[in-house]
Amino acid sequence: MGGKFLFDGRPVPFEEGQTILQAARAAGHYIPHLCWHPDFPPHGSCKLCIVKVGGRHVSSCALPARDGMEVESNTPEINGERRALLQMLFVEGNHFCPSCEKSGNCQLQALAYELDMSSARFAHFYPDRPVDASHPDVLLDFNRCIFCELCVRASRDVDHKGVFALTDRGIRKHLVVNAESGRLADTDFAVSDRAADICPVGVILHKRVGFALPIGERKYDEASICTVAMEKGE
Amino acid sequence: MQDAERIAAQAVERHRREPSQLLQILVETQDGIGHLPAASLTRIADLLDLPRSRVEGVAGFYSFLYTEPVGRYRILFSDNIIDRMLGSRGLMESLCRRLEVAPGEVSAGGAASVDTTSCTGMGDQGPAILVNGLAVTRLDEGRVERIASLVRAGTPLVEWPAEYFRVDDNIRRRGALLGEDFVPGAALQAAMARGRQGWLEEMRISGLRGRGGAGFTTAVKWLACRDAPGTDKVVVCNADEGEPGTFKDRVLLASQAERIFEGMTLAAWATGARQGLLYLRGEYRYLLKHLRAVLALRRAVGLLGARILGEGGFDFDIDIHLGAGAYVCGEETALLESLEGKRGTPRIRPPFPVTHGYLGRPTVVNNVETLAKTTLIALQGGAAFAATGTPQSTGTKLLSISGDCAYPGVYEYPFGVTIEHVLEDCGAHDPQVVQVGGASGVTIAGHEFHRRIAFEDVPTAGAFMVFDGRRDPFEMARNFVHFFAHESCGFCTPCRVGTALLKGYMDKLASGKGAKMDLADIEWLDRLLKNASHCGLGSSAPNPVIDTLIKFRPAYERRLVSLDFKPAFDLDAALETARRMTGRDDPAAHLDWREEV
Repeated sequence: MGGKFLFDGRPVPFEEGQTILQAARAAGHYIPHLCWHPDFPPHGSCKLCIVKVGGRHVSSCALPARDGMEVESNTPEINGERRALLQMLFVEGNHFCPSCEKSGNCQLQALAYELDMSSARFAHFYPDRPVDASHPDVLLDFNRCIFCELCVRASRDVDHKGVFALTDRGIRKHLVVNAESGRLADTDFAVSDRAADICPVGVILHKRVGFALPIGERKYDEASICTVAMEKGE
Repeated sequence: MQDAERIAAQAVERHRREPSQLLQILVETQDGIGHLPAASLTRIADLLDLPRSRVEGVAGFYSFLYTEPVGRYRILFSDNIIDRMLGSRGLMESLCRRLEVAPGEVSAGGAASVDTTSCTGMGDQGPAILVNGLAVTRLDEGRVERIASLVRAGTPLVEWPAEYFRVDDNIRRRGALLGEDFVPGAALQAAMARGRQGWLEEMRISGLRGRGGAGFTTAVKWLACRDAPGTDKVVVCNADEGEPGTFKDRVLLASQAERIFEGMTLAAWATGARQGLLYLRGEYRYLLKHLRAVLALRRAVGLLGARILGEGGFDFDIDIHLGAGAYVCGEETALLESLEGKRGTPRIRPPFPVTHGYLGRPTVVNNVETLAKTTLIALQGGAAFAATGTPQSTGTKLLSISGDCAYPGVYEYPFGVTIEHVLEDCGAHDPQVVQVGGASGVTIAGHEFHRRIAFEDVPTAGAFMVFDGRRDPFEMARNFVHFFAHESCGFCTPCRVGTALLKGYMDKLASGKGAKMDLADIEWLDRLLKNASHCGLGSSAPNPVIDTLIKFRPAYERRLVSLDFKPAFDLDAALETARRMTGRDDPAAHLDWREEV
């Protein structure tokens, strides 16, 4: 049983089982997201996709749409909160966009532009996260991890390898790989894995192709993340 | 290392290579080795046919699991504000000095490690510590001195004075639950005489609401589970009493275990569940033996197992799972994850546990006190139960009272009792603040002492911490903020980063470097945590800050420097490396030098 709900005042139809985010996208409305990916079930950790339904904040990626809902998304209040969440992600890790290979292809950076984030606002944590360059084809730069777990999910559910997992908790939470040595080279990870191409930020980088396309000519340099997401279904 | 692998393998085999037993396997492996060496994790992963990364992820999640070596004596000081008020900090320093070890580190030779841990549930008999997981109460300088020599001499824990491990019930006021003797099986017989439907009807009439904090109507939960598709239903007792300042479930587990297990069996009678699980917080591990003995006794007299009390088709048994130091596992879906041997990360809801709970099966999760109360309903009927308390909050409530009062302990009151009445009973002179409901609860100021303990006024899972005029509400809030930052599972952005940021702001204020803008940022973070967090931990983490900022704002303002803005980044401290490298430490090498001339 489907129905219709109001998204920022405009009617959006939905089919039974669709989440708010899915139905809104199908109707051409973009909701910012980082941990959500069209090929995977909702995860609900980044909270960028929060919307307000009946005065309550909910994760639009996870909440099934219901008939007659009134959803607020693109409002100064919600976008302000999304900006603060981005600022949190920026200060939590070590994100130096000018020297990052992912610049222009990075969803975190693109969303920061999209939502007019002009400063980090909060005090930086400057965590100590060594990189792992052991693998012949792939470099892991943990400094940029935002804990969306897309690599965890892709490796577990698509590649059936379980190469990635999170350990510890709270602000000390971090990504580990499936090897007693802790080195990616000692896992069965392959550059052809789904997990190798899923990172929305610059943690999982392919070797020998760095900066092949100059910064300034990349995906989100050409069009906003909103446009890319809606036109290319990303 | 071969020894470590052997011990790990034995633990896996004891649990029949069942991946859902991973947390229990890790706990037992650590018991045998002292910590969890890398090789033991690899071996466990191999035998369970799990990715090693997943095993490492679980081992890293729980505070009481160690992937690095710790002392042969692991001493953890309960770090709740109440323990601190009783002098825990000074005692910890003293013990560290005597054992020549720094907090958080292992002493030379590996004899001891000393650190802090979240509230161990001994607020009425603190300061308290855990020694290799076992609770030691009523610490004082004498005990610290003695413990230091026992550790230095390498005396096994079984040879330590038994008195150290004595945990008192301290029941100070008895009502319907604590005041009456209980004959095991009597409640079950009464409920079975009513039939499954009739028993659920009594539960409905009773109006019983969950005692774990959220206050959901128990009968509605049971009914939803009964009606959910699936024949393999589960009853879970949430004995992960982690809310700082709460210890009433500990007392029930120690003194009313029969009622708790009977309550679980009553839930099974109503829902048709065949499997029961009690999730016991790691801090209460010392109760494990007692609880298992009670289970064995109930099995022996036909109150558990196949054909309970001779009733064909009524089969139900109970297992105990041990937690390992994670407050978030008190959240029911995180608890289910933990029961399944995973990281204690709260799930996305819906679906709710009543339809998709333990291993995806319909599951009732109830608090210890809630389940114990159902025995009263079975014996007296729903109407008699509902005759006490208030219309919206029926029955009685157990309070765990601690802090600045003459008689800390457990008190049972009908719902609706005023805070001032409770304060009088517990001998609180000069109460200034009462924190009701623990760190995530409500801060009550003096002018509100007329308010009532009830779901419709001041709800509580049971904590009632009293602070007199000597105490500083800001320091209380700061202690709780540290607690939440430590206990955040880290799943969602607002809670993972927000609690850590909040901790930074509170510490900045405490060090006298706060500015007006920090208060604005704190209020902004409070709102974001409330609105955007994934579960109740994140959304209630700012409560003590929000409340104390409103009710005790001067406690914050007197800490501010006169500036509107002061950077959190300490420029002068950042020059320290440069000073060390150049060997300079004269005034001109410091940033604030110019201000002084």
